Amino acid sequence: MRYSGFKVIKEALTGHKGWAPAWRDPEPQPHYDIIIIGGGGHGLATAHYLAKVYGEKKVAVIEKGWIGGGNVGRNTTIIRSNYLLDGNEPFYEFSLKLWEGLEQDLNYNAMVSQRGIMNLIHSDAQRDAFIRRGNAMMLNGADAEYLDLDQIKKEYPFLNFNDARFPIKGGLAQRRGGTVRHDAVAWGYARSADSRGVDIIQNCEVTGFKIKNGKCLGVETSKGFIGANRVGCAVAGSSGRLMSKAGMRLPIESHVLQAFVSEGLKPVLPGVITFGAGHFYVSQSDKGGLVFGGDLDGYNSYAQRGNLPVVEDVCEGGMAIMPMIGRARLLRMWGGIMDMSMDGSPIIDRTHIDGLYFNGGWCYGGFKATPASGYAFAHLLARDAPHPTATAYRFNRFETGHMIDEKGMGNQPNLH
Amino acid sequence: MTQPNRLAGGQINRDAPLNFHFDGKAYQGYQGDTLASALLANNVRLMGRSFKYHRPRGPLTAGSEEPNAMVELRGGARQEPSTRATTAELYHGLMAKSQNRWPSLAFDAMAINDRFSTFLTAGFYYKTFMWPAAFWEKIYEPIIRKAAGLGSLSMKADPDVYDKGFRHCDLLVIGAGPAGLSAALTAGRSGAQVILADEDFAMGGRLNSETLSINDAHADAWVAHSIAELFAMNNVRLMPRTTVIGAFDHGIYGAVERVSDHVHIPDEGKPRQILWRIYAPKTLLCAGATERPIAFDNNDRPGIMLASALRSYANRWAATPAHRIAVFTNNDDGHRTAIDLHAKGVKIAAVVDTRLDAPFSDQYEVLKGAQVIDSKGRLGLTFAELRLADGSERTLECGALGVSGGWNPNVHLTCHQRGRPTWNDDLAAFVPGGTLPPGMSVAGAAVGLFSTHDALQSGAAEAKKALGIKGRAAPVPKAEDAPVTQTPFWYVEGCSRAWLDQQNDVTVKDVKLSHQEGFRSVEHLKRYTTLGMATDQGKTSNMGGLAIMAELAGKAIPEVGTTIFRPPYTPTAIGAFGGRMRGMEFHPTRLTPSHFWAKERGAVFVEVGNWLRAQWFPIAGETHWRESVDREVKATRASVGVCDCTTLGKIDVQGTDAAAFLNKVYCNGFAKLAVGKTRYGLMLREDGIAMDDGTAARLEEDHFVVTTTTANAAKVYQHMEFVRQCLFPDMDVQLISTTEGWAQYAVAGPNSRKLLQKIVDADHDISNEAFPFMACANITVCGGLRARLFRISFSGELAFEIAVPSRYGDALMRKLMSEGEEFDVTPYGTEALGVMRIEKGHAAGNELNGTTTALNLGMGRMVSKAKDSIGSKLSERPGLNEEDALMQVGIKPLDASQKVTAGGHLMKATGPVDAAHDQGYVTSAAFSPELDSMIGLGFLKDGGNRKGERMRLVSPVTNLTVEVEIVSAHFVDPEGERVRA
Amino acid sequence: MIINHPILGPRDSAEFTYLGDAAMIDRPDPDTASPQDWHDYAYLRDNPAGTHRELWWHEGGDRSWLVITRNTLTHEISKVEIARDVARKMGRSK
Repeated sequence: MRYSGFKVIKEALTGHKGWAPAWRDPEPQPHYDIIIIGGGGHGLATAHYLAKVYGEKKVAVIEKGWIGGGNVGRNTTIIRSNYLLDGNEPFYEFSLKLWEGLEQDLNYNAMVSQRGIMNLIHSDAQRDAFIRRGNAMMLNGADAEYLDLDQIKKEYPFLNFNDARFPIKGGLAQRRGGTVRHDAVAWGYARSADSRGVDIIQNCEVTGFKIKNGKCLGVETSKGFIGANRVGCAVAGSSGRLMSKAGMRLPIESHVLQAFVSEGLKPVLPGVITFGAGHFYVSQSDKGGLVFGGDLDGYNSYAQRGNLPVVEDVCEGGMAIMPMIGRARLLRMWGGIMDMSMDGSPIIDRTHIDGLYFNGGWCYGGFKATPASGYAFAHLLARDAPHPTATAYRFNRFETGHMIDEKGMGNQPNLH
Repeated sequence: MTQPNRLAGGQINRDAPLNFHFDGKAYQGYQGDTLASALLANNVRLMGRSFKYHRPRGPLTAGSEEPNAMVELRGGARQEPSTRATTAELYHGLMAKSQNRWPSLAFDAMAINDRFSTFLTAGFYYKTFMWPAAFWEKIYEPIIRKAAGLGSLSMKADPDVYDKGFRHCDLLVIGAGPAGLSAALTAGRSGAQVILADEDFAMGGRLNSETLSINDAHADAWVAHSIAELFAMNNVRLMPRTTVIGAFDHGIYGAVERVSDHVHIPDEGKPRQILWRIYAPKTLLCAGATERPIAFDNNDRPGIMLASALRSYANRWAATPAHRIAVFTNNDDGHRTAIDLHAKGVKIAAVVDTRLDAPFSDQYEVLKGAQVIDSKGRLGLTFAELRLADGSERTLECGALGVSGGWNPNVHLTCHQRGRPTWNDDLAAFVPGGTLPPGMSVAGAAVGLFSTHDALQSGAAEAKKALGIKGRAAPVPKAEDAPVTQTPFWYVEGCSRAWLDQQNDVTVKDVKLSHQEGFRSVEHLKRYTTLGMATDQGKTSNMGGLAIMAELAGKAIPEVGTTIFRPPYTPTAIGAFGGRMRGMEFHPTRLTPSHFWAKERGAVFVEVGNWLRAQWFPIAGETHWRESVDREVKATRASVGVCDCTTLGKIDVQGTDAAAFLNKVYCNGFAKLAVGKTRYGLMLREDGIAMDDGTAARLEEDHFVVTTTTANAAKVYQHMEFVRQCLFPDMDVQLISTTEGWAQYAVAGPNSRKLLQKIVDADHDISNEAFPFMACANITVCGGLRARLFRISFSGELAFEIAVPSRYGDALMRKLMSEGEEFDVTPYGTEALGVMRIEKGHAAGNELNGTTTALNLGMGRMVSKAKDSIGSKLSERPGLNEEDALMQVGIKPLDASQKVTAGGHLMKATGPVDAAHDQGYVTSAAFSPELDSMIGLGFLKDGGNRKGERMRLVSPVTNLTVEVEIVSAHFVDPEGERVRA
Repeated sequence: MIINHPILGPRDSAEFTYLGDAAMIDRPDPDTASPQDWHDYAYLRDNPAGTHRELWWHEGGDRSWLVITRNTLTHEISKVEIARDVARKMGRSK
C-alpha cells in the first residue's frame, strides 16, 4: 500500500477502514538466505537494502522484543556527517546523503529535518581542531562552515554571551545536519522491507548459534531453530551478550547514555547546538520538546537507566550555555545501552566464523549512521566484501594498529 | 469581588484574599487556593487548549497529574510555560496566561484543526507531506513546528537561583496522606531519622479532600495533630512542597523542593527551588492513587473532570465548577462526590452508574446501569447525553460532570529501576510488584489498599518492618474500612471521538487505528499515537489505552504489558538540576600564584581548562594583542622573560623503586639518570599512542619530580597510580600530586641566569659549569626560602624553571620583577609561550592529540627496546609504523606575508585538492617575530624526507590556500646552542 | 550509586572515576606474551550482562584504585576490594 496525501484524504472520508498493517506478523520459515538479528534501525535498514538494492529474496529480521525498541527508539535523533578521520567521514557523508533521499526511498515521512548542527568553540585549541575537522569534511565533499563570534551571536542570540565561564569564540556548523523522527525511521524501514518480502519476526529471542566446522548454519531462537546461509548481527548494546553465544569476545563495552526531553515548547532553537566546554547538546523536536543529552554515565551497564550525577552534569551544561532554559521542565529521562568500541568507531565485518557477520560498536552515534550502516552491512552480507565507504571498519584494525580514534582517547571506551 | 462558585468551608483562609490575573482579567481568590480552584470559584472553567485540535480545556484533576489546565505563569524572564493551574499556589499578584491559542482562549483560530480531525488521525504525518521532497522542510515542517508546543519560553536567562543539597535519613516516607503520616509517626516515635516529603503544600493527602473521620472526628483534626507531633520531633524532617522525582541506585532519591514558587519573587537570598539528593537506606512509598476516567464521546469539555477532583475542589477549596453537576461512575467512590457536593448545597443532576446494582440514594437520583454517551457545550459542559439501562436516551443538564472509573495506585517510583508492576484482578489495576528498588516498600493506596483504615494500618506496619522496630504497634486510629472492589469499565462505545489523552488529543479511535495498522506493542501504540507522551506522562490516560489494546488483541491487560515509568515523577525545572553551576560558577576557576600580581599588571587572561592564565600583558600604547605578544617574545629572546607555568602538572615520585617505576611509565629510560639531572620523558598509553610528555627531575636517589602538560595533569596522575597500584603493587614508590603545592615560573632568555643569581642564595652555584643544561637541585632563594631549580627550556633560550611553595609564589614573582628591572625583565603570557615553543618545534597539546605516536613526533627512537614500558609493545604494530607515517615538520609560507592556519591540510604543490590526496595537516601556527613570518608545525606523510618541498596549505572552511615550504620544525636555534649557553 | 570503600566506608560514586574491566590488572608478561595476547589484553572485553569486576579510582578521595564487583543489569554492588590487594593475589609484584 502506497502512502500519499490522496490516500490519507480518501481514508479519512471513508472512516479509515482501508489502512492495512504497516508490516506483517509472520511465523518464521525454517530457512532463510540471510537472517538479521536485531530489529532496530540498523537491522531493519539492512533488510531494506538487502531486498531493494541487492535483490535478496529470502531475508528475515529477528527481534527479541518489538521493532525499533532499542537505541533507534531512544536517542536524540541527530544526523550529521561532521567527522574528522578518513575512515569515518566518507561513510557518514554517504549516510547523510541517504537520509536526504530517505522519505522517497521508503515512501514514509520520517521527518528528515536539515536544520543544521552547530558545534560551539571555546578555546584556541578547539578552534584549531574544528578547523581541521571542517576542512576534512569539505575535502571529503561534505559541507562545513566556520562561524565567528558575531555570526554566532546573530544566529543564536539566546546563548550565554554575558557571563560564560568559557566564552564562546566561534563555531563549526554543518547546515545539512539536523534531526529525524527516530521511531519513524524504524517503522519506515520495516514497512519497506516487509513490502519487499522480508519477514520481520518480533518477540523472537536468539538463544544461540548453530555452528559446525567453523560455519554458522542458523540460529536457535525462542521460536525454534531457524536455518540461514548467512547470519548478520546488528544488536548494538546487546552485542557483547549476543556474540558471547558464538564464543566471541569483542572490542566493545556496553555503557549507559542518558538522554532527556523537556515539555513541549513553542519554537526556540533553530537547529542542533553542541556546547564545546561542557557535556550538553540540544535540539528541538517537531513536537516542541527540547531533546538533549550529554556524557555517558561512564560505567558498564545494561540497565537502560542512569543516575543523578550525569543528569545534573548535563543540565549544568545547559544552564551554562543557554540559561533561558532554566524554567523549561525536564519531562522524561531515559537510558540506552551504547555499544562503545575501543576506538569510538564501528565494526562492520565478517567474523572468524564462516557465515556469521557483525555490525556494532556504534557508540552513541549509531542513529545518524542508520542508513549507511544498513547499506554497508547489506553489501557485506550480499557480496561478502566491505562496502567502499566502510573498508576501515574491520575487527583486525586493533591488531594492525589502524584505529579510527576521532577523539584520541585510546582503548578506553567510556572516553570516546 | 464576587466568587460565584465559592462554597462554604474548605481549607482556604477567607481572611487573606489574593488578587490575581488570568488572561489579563482580574480575579480574587484566597490563601490556600490553587490557581485552578480560584478560577473555578470565579466560574472560569476554560483554562487551556489541547495540543492538536485546540479543543477547549478545563481542569481534569486537582493535582499534579493534570493534563489540561496548563498556563504560562508569571511574566518577563520568569515566564514559566505549561504550569499546572491545579498545583500552582495562588499568591497575591499572580499573573497567568492561557497557552496554545490565537487570538484568544475563547476564540482560537487554530481550533479549525478540530474540523479536520478526521484527516489528522494518529500517525497521519508519516504518510504524507513527502511530495515534492523539498516541501517538507520549506512548507510543511515550519507550519507543524509553529503549531507545536504548548507554552513558550521568555528567551531570557532565568533570573532565579537554584540550590542543591544532600540529606540522609533512616527512612524516607514519600507522600503525607494517611499512610505516610501513619508511617512517619510510627518511625518518628521509634527515634529513627525520618524524612516525610509531599509534593503538596498541605500535608494530609486525600484526607484534605474528603469528609472522612478518624477517631470519630473530622480527619482534618487527626492530620493537624499528626503534623504537630511530627513537627515536634527532632528526628523527623517534614518536607512539604517537595516532589520525590526519582528513585536512583543504592537508595538515592532525587527530590525537588519548591521553596519560592508560591511567592511572587523569591525572598532575598532564597532559591526558587532546591534539588535534594536524599540518601535513604529504607523508603516507604505512600504516593496514593490516581483516579481514572471513563472515555465517552466528547468527554473532554471543560467541566468534565474526575469525580475525586470535584470533591477536592468542593471540600478542600470550597469551589465548584458549576452549581448543577452530575457524576458518571462505575464504583462506589463516585457516589462520595455526589454526597459531598450535595452536602455543600450543589445541585446533583444525577449519578450515572454503569452498574445495575448501584447503591441507592435518597438525596439525588441514581441512574443504574446507565452511561454517559456524549456531551454538549462549546466552551464548557452544558448537557450530558445519557443512555439508560433500558436503552432509552436522556439529556441531562449539568455544568460539571465528575467521572470515576476507579483508582490506579501510583506505582511510578516502584518502576524507576525498571521493575514492572503486577496486575491485581480485584482492583482491575496495576499494583507494585516484581522487583522494587532495593530498600523500598509501599503502603496505602499506592499498594492498592484503598480504605482509610488500611492506609493507616499499612503505613504503620510497613514503617515498623522497614526499620525493624520491635514491640507492639500503637493502635491504629479508627477510620472507615469499606471494602473496595473495582470492575473494569474503560470506555463507552460511541460513534464520535472519545478522549484518552486529553492534552495530546489521543482518542479511542486513534488507538484502534494504531492496532489496525500493526502498532500493537504498548511501546508502538504510545509512539505511534503519542498517547501518554504529554506533560502528564499518561497518568490519567495510559490505563485506558492499554485496556483498549488488550480488548482489540483479545488479551488480558497484563499480557499487553505497560510502558516504562521513568523519572522524573512530575516535570522538573531544568534550572533545578543545574543548580548554581551556571555563569561564572559553571566550573571552578583555578588561579595561579601570580594571578593577582598579573591582574595588577593588566594582564589579559585566558581559560586553560579550569585554570585562568595570563595570555599576554599589554602595556600602554599597544592596541592589538600581536603587538604585546611580539614584544614579549622579542624581549625574552633578547634579555629575560618570566612566565607562570604553575599549571603544569607536578607529581612527586618517591621510593627506592622510583626510577624503576618511571622506567615503566615513560617509554624512554630513567634508571640511569643521575641525581641532579632532569630528563625529557614521553609517556605512552598502553595502546602505544603518545599520552603526554614532560620532564622528570631526579632531586635525590629516590626522589623525582615529574611534570605533565597542563591539560593532562589529572589523567597522567590517574594513569601513574594505576600502574603503581594495579600493575606493580610491590614497587616501593609513592606518588602525590603537588601541582598546587609549588608555584613554578619559567625564567627564560640570555639574562635569565644573571637575574636568578640575584635571588638564589650564594651557596648555590648556578653557573653553566656547576649547573648545566638539564640540571636540577633543591636550593634556597631570598635568604633561606626553599626552592627547586630546573635548568630546562620550553622557549629554546637559556632558561630555568624555579619553584617555591605556593604561598611564596606572589612574592617571588614580584621579586623577580624588581630584581629584573636592570635587565628589562618582561613577563610573558601563554601566547608568547606558544610562539616560542612553536619556533623551537616543541610538541604541545595540539601535537599530543591522542592519535600521534612517538614516531609521528619525531621521537620514534626514544621508545626503548631494552626495557618494558607501558605502550612499548603495542607501539610496534604495523599501523603505527608505516613507511609514510606522519612526521612532525615545520611549515613556512613562501610569501612571509601569508597566513598559516592551524587546522589547514597539506596538499602537494599541484594536483587535486581532496581527501584522497591529503598529505597531512597543520597542528599549530604562530607569527614568529624572529623570522618575521607566520610559521606552523604540522604532521606530514613521510615528513622526515620532505624538507624543502613546496606544498599547498589549504583551509577551505576558512577560505584559504597558501603556498608553503616544508622546513625543519626547529625554526630557532636548531643546534640548541642557546639552551646550553 | 554508593560505593562502600573498604577503608573509608560508603562514598558517593561521584567521587570516583571509572576505568573498566578489572582484567586490565592482568597485564601480559612482556617477556613471553605474543602480539595476540597484547591485543586481547588491550582490546577485548567480556562485557558481561551481570556480574562484572571493574576498576574505579577514588579520585576525589584517597586516590586508591578499587576492584568493585557490580551487576551491570541492576547496578548492585556486591564486593569492594583494594585493587592493590587484588593485583598481589593475582601474582603481580614489581
